[in-house]
Amino acid sequence: MYNTAHLNSQHHVNMLITLNGKEKSLNENTTLIHLIEELGIADKRIAVEINHEIIPKSKYANYAVRDGDTIEIVHAIGGG
Amino acid sequence: MNNDPLIIADKTYHSRLLTGSGKYKDLDETRAATEASGAEIVTVAIRRTNIGQNPDEPNLLDVLTPEKYTILPNTAGCYTAEDAVRTCRLARELLDGHKLVKLEVLGDEKTLFPDVTATLEAAEILVKDGFDIMVYTNDDPIIAKRLEDIGCVAVMPLAAPIGSGLGIRNPYNILTIIENASVPILVDAGVGTASDAAIAMELGCDGILMNTAIAAAKDPVLMASAMKKAVQAGREAFLAGRMPRKRYASASSPIDGTFF
Repeated sequence: MYNTAHLNSQHHVNMLITLNGKEKSLNENTTLIHLIEELGIADKRIAVEINHEIIPKSKYANYAVRDGDTIEIVHAIGGG
Repeated sequence: MNNDPLIIADKTYHSRLLTGSGKYKDLDETRAATEASGAEIVTVAIRRTNIGQNPDEPNLLDVLTPEKYTILPNTAGCYTAEDAVRTCRLARELLDGHKLVKLEVLGDEKTLFPDVTATLEAAEILVKDGFDIMVYTNDDPIIAKRLEDIGCVAVMPLAAPIGSGLGIRNPYNILTIIENASVPILVDAGVGTASDAAIAMELGCDGILMNTAIAAAKDPVLMASAMKKAVQAGREAFLAGRMPRKRYASASSPIDGTFF
């Protein structure tokens, strides 16, 4: 018998995204809300763009992040 | 002066001083200076969140809340119409459908002068997309009018380069822009100290947007207070109508009744 749990865990780390200009690996089947929670910014005022398309907040929970996605997460900072 | 409101995109404001939120030492200073300025409209920049850094770091919008201030997201740092439009759309999502934005499309890093053709292009796209645009431009009366015709809700000519503090370099152009306009005209950029603000307001500007003049003062909170008074004083002087300039003296005490 071989260890299927081991194969499964390998299987789950197989997406590579670009998040705010940096590469990041993600588990398969990650939704946008999972990603935002993992980053610890779920309660912040942010806006999200995936592959140049704005994703409304109402769609975070059901939006499945895909391999190769380019994601930008922005917020407001001081400026003139 | 409660009967002299500033109206932008159908919303009424009692302060004619708009402030930026950049270049402060920390968020405490940002809050204190903004409060001292009396500003009701505060501009902010849109940037990437700091992924992986301290998640408990205070957020600007926790200090300058959209409940208390009209937040004016800006497109500072954009050098193309495309980047400016993209930034405005992200800002609208960030602020739950908020339509008021400050459009600036820059042409050159040394001067930060606007790229006027790209600004016109971005303004056309954003107006069609339903935004209320306060637009940074140069002090060209022809372009200012064209931006108004496109549908911008306020036109904001520079008085001098952004962050330069050089004051009102071309008051006659600013005056021409004001005389031509049927939307509010605000000086955006160039004010260095309180007298500059008063001069702009005495010309008849509807308001002033400033950042560095306050944030880069030795005491930003005190300068914010000075700017509040200068904008009010300049506005009152404009409404009062200044005396004509005369080359020679005109005695203030009567000649009649002298006994010497």
